[in-house]
Amino acid sequence: MNNAFGHPQSAVVLGATSDIARALTTRLVALGCDRLVLAARDEVQLAAEAQRVKATGASFVETVRFDAVDTHSAIEVVDQCFEALQARGWQVDLVVVAAGILCDGVDDWRDPAVVERCVTVNFSWPSVALSRSASSLHRQGQGTIVVLSSVAGIRIRRSNFIYGAAKAGVDGFAHGLAEALRGSGVNVQVVRPGFVKTRMTTGRRVPPIAASADDVAAAIVRGLQTRADTVWVPTSLRWVFGVARMLPAWLWRRIPF
Amino acid sequence: MGEPCARGESRRSARLLSGWGRATASRAEVLQPRAAVEVETLVSTRSPLIARGLGRSYGDAAQCAGGTVVDMTGLCAVGPLQERTGLVEVDGGTSLDRLMRRTIPRGWFLPVWPGTRQVTVGGAIAADIHGKNHHRDGSFAQHVSRLTLATPTGTYELTPERDPELFWATAGGMGLTGVVTRATISMIPVETSWMSVDTDRFDDLDEAMAAMQQADADHRYSVAWLDCMAPGRHAGRAVMTAGDHAKGSELPARLARKALALPRSRALRIPFTPTHGLLNPLAVTAFNETWFWKAPRRERGRICSMGSFFHPLDAVANWNVLYGRGGFVQYQFVVGDTASELVAGVIGELRSARVPIFLAVLKRFGGSSPGLLSFPMPGWTLALDLPSRAPGLPDVLRRLDHKIAESGGRVYLAKDARLSPDLLEVMYPKLGDLAHVRDRVDPAGVLASDLSRRLGITDAPAHAGLRKMTAAEGSNSQKR
Ligand SMILES: Cc1cc2nc3c(=O)[nH]c(=O)nc-3n(C[C@H](O)[C@H](O)[C@H](O)COP(=O)(O)OP(=O)(O)OC[C@H]3O[C@@H](n4cnc5c(N)ncnc54)[C@H](O)[C@@H]3O)c2cc1C
Ligand SMILES: NC(=O)c1ccc[n+]([C@@H]2O[C@H](COP(=O)([O-])OP(=O)(O)OC[C@H]3O[C@@H](n4cnc5c(N)ncnc54)[C@H](OP(=O)(O)O)[C@@H]3O)[C@@H](O)[C@H]2O)c1
Repeated sequence: MNNAFGHPQSAVVLGATSDIARALTTRLVALGCDRLVLAARDEVQLAAEAQRVKATGASFVETVRFDAVDTHSAIEVVDQCFEALQARGWQVDLVVVAAGILCDGVDDWRDPAVVERCVTVNFSWPSVALSRSASSLHRQGQGTIVVLSSVAGIRIRRSNFIYGAAKAGVDGFAHGLAEALRGSGVNVQVVRPGFVKTRMTTGRRVPPIAASADDVAAAIVRGLQTRADTVWVPTSLRWVFGVARMLPAWLWRRIPF
Repeated sequence: MGEPCARGESRRSARLLSGWGRATASRAEVLQPRAAVEVETLVSTRSPLIARGLGRSYGDAAQCAGGTVVDMTGLCAVGPLQERTGLVEVDGGTSLDRLMRRTIPRGWFLPVWPGTRQVTVGGAIAADIHGKNHHRDGSFAQHVSRLTLATPTGTYELTPERDPELFWATAGGMGLTGVVTRATISMIPVETSWMSVDTDRFDDLDEAMAAMQQADADHRYSVAWLDCMAPGRHAGRAVMTAGDHAKGSELPARLARKALALPRSRALRIPFTPTHGLLNPLAVTAFNETWFWKAPRRERGRICSMGSFFHPLDAVANWNVLYGRGGFVQYQFVVGDTASELVAGVIGELRSARVPIFLAVLKRFGGSSPGLLSFPMPGWTLALDLPSRAPGLPDVLRRLDHKIAESGGRVYLAKDARLSPDLLEVMYPKLGDLAHVRDRVDPAGVLASDLSRRLGITDAPAHAGLRKMTAAEGSNSQKR
């Protein structure tokens, strides 16, 4: 059960091998969340992550494999994850949706396959997974969903607009879902990090405002306690993007980051 | 047994429920039966299921996510008062307020009062509640001579003599042994409903604690309100009130005709929930300052109404919304006299973590109750209202849990919404005995609340098959 601080005792992590998800799992286990279902694409990495999580003190860790390019698989994957916990009489307190890919090569927009993949992995699959998770949590009577969105979806820019558009989609879907679930006992937290130093961004130029994976994890945990529906990491980005949203296109184009 | 308190059909609806602290919420199907037989049917056909009274427990004890919550407030008949013995039989959903309105005019008072009249008899038994007279009179269940318990395996008529095991598992058992549909309570005789109250104001906590130990010997009721927001060494300065039932001869002439007056039944209601709460450190500091200096340095024998002495908070029906949407947690713990330094220690740790303490009430306990999960034990109990969103609060409380458990103390489950399962058995060493009783009356693990699942008190249904067999062997004799 989620306690008064929104701390869960069990969690399903979709995209468990992501750096941000790993940092979050570590914090959750330390807070007493010791039943986890970790779902990810790469079998080897997933097994290693399960080992690591067990070593940090989790008493129950199960793994599920999935590939987010197949939108329909989301239903089955979510069901499988829930079943792993519910069959043992445990509720699913938290669902984390963390899988995502960057897809912003200069000419990527010319390649329909890349566009499709980017939109599927970042928007379609997560949305179907959110829908399915929300239904199950609703039946359960309580639970929290955490979705990794991005500031890239708040003011879309030329340099990563396919990714940004997909994130804008999932961000909007998750916020709508939060509204739809009001009063149901199910909370949705949409996380909007700026630049985070993870595997995803290695090799890129680090902008003046950058966070670590653990900064994001800490902000998520704090957001659980405050029941925040939107979490910006770092928090200052709320104001930065409040302004960014207003800027005319000619000016936005000239901002280097 | 008198007229019913709720009219019409039994009601059912899917609803979001939370405790008084409003910091945890979950949805369940809520049914409000109008007869004990309906309760019996529900308990034997639905799962998971838990009883709910007036929802005055602060945490998640009276909710059951995804399951059934039996709202007992539709069952609140009050039987005839036996004038010779002071015994009265009531339905489990009767509020103490309702019961009092029947008995006080005839000179009988509740044996134990919590800080609000808006709790049910079932809830009072399930939490084995204590009052300001614990050092003298013990806990609520110690004044219950008989109860009817609907369980998944049938209905039991219990007395402390006939089935002590199940009786004392139910007292303090947080609804996890069944639903109390009726109970017989021993009331205490009073000449008046007024209180004769001594007040003392102390500039620091040590002085107050020394005086409280003394007051215990001299007064039936005692409690101290602490100002934990005061700066520096004044943190924990206190106003102690100690009282006794006023005798008829002590009343001034103008009250003589109102000797058995009842508290007002109307309360103010705050019509909305302020999003961020109206209580903030500044407001509370200011309030405390006023409250502290308003209290007399020393006053003896002031005649006060029972309402102002026992239930000042009842003047506003829903004061809990003042904490805002995030809600609050109440941290109530008890430690023995040998660990009395923890009272100041806890306040100190919260202060150094910059957690505002909005309300602090200190009391002394007398003996332990035989209830397996009853909270009281000899020593000091401190209750603190803390905003649940305070940064750092989860970590501090976790550290404090450890200190309290190590010292042999415990936290109060009726107030809890955040304790973790690993310390539960240290704090409540008789937890294992409760499991045995549950095997007997609830082998399939039907009775479960969010609290019991959070704390791992109720087993997952996966183990239920195994437990069923053991229970079938040990069927019992008191069953109706
Ligand atoms: C302002 C305030 C002051 C308080 N002061 C005190 C105090 O001084 N001392 C003290 O001890 N407590 C105090 N409390 C706590 C309160 O007395 C307990 O939490 C009590 O259990 C609340 O009763 P309820 O009817 O609201 O029960 P609920 O909160 O609805 O339920 C509490 C528990 O009782 C169980 N339960 C309820 N009805 C039944 C039933 N018929 N059969 C079986 N189980 C049942 C529930 O399953 C749950 O586990 C205070 C609470 C408030 C809000
Ligand atoms: N890093 C940032 O700057 C930043 C900023 C804002 C938002 N975010 C978001 O935060 C989330 C986590 O990202 P991160 O920074 O932790 O990066 P990361 O370590 O690269 O994590 C991304 C994860 O997504 C998984 N994934 C990619 N394609 C997949 C597919 N087809 N099926 C299943 N899983 C797939 C990856 O699995 P594999 O290991 O198998 O590839 C990886 O575990 C993402 O949603 C990202 O968009 C990141």
